[in-house]
Amino acid sequence: MRFIVAVIQPHKLDAVREALAKAGVQGLTVSEVRGFGRQKGHREIYRGAEYDIAYVPKVKLEVAVPADFAERVVETIRDSARTGNIGDGKIFVLALESAIRVRTGETGASAL
Amino acid sequence: MLNAGDTAWLLTATTLVLFMTLPGLAMFYGGLVRAPNVLSVLMHCFAIGCLVSILWLICAYSLAFAPGTPWIGGLSKIFLNGVGRQTLAPNTTVPETVFFMFQMTFAIITPALIVGAFVERMKFESVLLFCGLWLLVVYVPVAHWVWGGGWLNSMGIMDFAGGLVVHLSAGASALVVAVLLGPRTGFPGDLKPPHAPWMTMVGASMLWVGWFGFNAGSALTAGGDAGMAMTVTHISAATASLVWVAIEWAKFRKPSLVGMVTGTIAGLATITPASGFVGPASALVIGLIGGAACYFVVSIVKQRFEIDDSLDVFAVHGVGGATGILLTAICVDAALGGAGLPELRSMSYQFAVQLLGVIAILVWSVVASYAIVIGVKAAVGLRVGKEDEEKGLDQTTHGESGYNI
Repeated sequence: MRFIVAVIQPHKLDAVREALAKAGVQGLTVSEVRGFGRQKGHREIYRGAEYDIAYVPKVKLEVAVPADFAERVVETIRDSARTGNIGDGKIFVLALESAIRVRTGETGASAL
Repeated sequence: MLNAGDTAWLLTATTLVLFMTLPGLAMFYGGLVRAPNVLSVLMHCFAIGCLVSILWLICAYSLAFAPGTPWIGGLSKIFLNGVGRQTLAPNTTVPETVFFMFQMTFAIITPALIVGAFVERMKFESVLLFCGLWLLVVYVPVAHWVWGGGWLNSMGIMDFAGGLVVHLSAGASALVVAVLLGPRTGFPGDLKPPHAPWMTMVGASMLWVGWFGFNAGSALTAGGDAGMAMTVTHISAATASLVWVAIEWAKFRKPSLVGMVTGTIAGLATITPASGFVGPASALVIGLIGGAACYFVVSIVKQRFEIDDSLDVFAVHGVGGATGILLTAICVDAALGGAGLPELRSMSYQFAVQLLGVIAILVWSVVASYAIVIGVKAAVGLRVGKEDEEKGLDQTTHGESGYNI
């Protein structure tokens, strides 16, 4: 199993969710996060004073999938989250040791 | 003789002006600070509202408006002594209780305006002590000089709704407090942006609406004077909003909401002293000049002099109020659509009186505020500790959080 973490532009969330659903992903977790990458932050101006916004709002997606499905999911996120601009985000793929469905106690891939 | 229409309007206007502070000004300021300080700002405005109300009843109203000397009113109306249901305010058609309440709402918003200078770092006990003393030592005598039969009043000063009494006194004092208190940690280069500009817009909108009570209410009658005051107030606010946002748009390529609504308040402050004396064409000019003057002073105070008058009280209110006072002497001219000067009074005399008023209120506000701040510092200190400042006043001073999510 693989655990895929993607940090993307907030306004691409709906496009990514739709694309993932179409690809067959059955569940994911989303959180609003802040961070920066090579894009650094940005500047905002209030009453003529400039403020450095070091941490930019992002959305973090977490999705657990069977290993043979991971590549498809990564490609789907990559393609649907992409605008071509700096700040589009990153995708990380981690090995997932186990998964348990709370309601039934099932474990492994059948719990996903 | 009592006039029911006038009384009804003044009751309404009083309500509007209280609404300017609670919650209008509180939200206008609250949106501009960091999230962990939002409650402290709302708290400052609210507490000042309560504190000033009590002081106003005890002695402040009497010292401002009861007959006395050219310098200070008398003590004949402490605790509203002798004022009953039948008593009319002198030279008006409204009950004195209504006039007392109307003026109280002005006394509330004026020290509350100064909150903008000391947000995010001043101790709560120091806020209360400073504002209570400031009301008695600065606001009360100035209100007496200008409105209560004092020396500037006798010279014929024209300050319809408080360019001197409210805006310049608060603005000049704010600058003094900001200097003596010192800047927020991180000023000027490393500050956090306003946490909720939408809240600032909501507050500014409440201030705008409330200002109809402030300026049109200052006519003390429900007639043509109030109608014209409301009209010019609105035109100046709209003009200055557009002026501010136009300058920002040209300079930074983005028309900002915070800029636009700050322009609104600048336009409102500038028209305040003129609102009972000028016509709508002058209101356009006053809004234009007020918006531009206040805009440029913001960066002079913050960037050139590096004074952390955090929410620009001096630039918006001090400069707006003083500009409006001086423009009143010109725009009152009947040829410019104004109400006209009293017979036998020249524009140059009026301008000299207005200028004297500006200088007098500036000097008194600065000197007295300086003394009060030094006194408060000696008595209870001024600033919270650095760690508390970083964590924010909501938790460290008040034990609450603005956003429990």
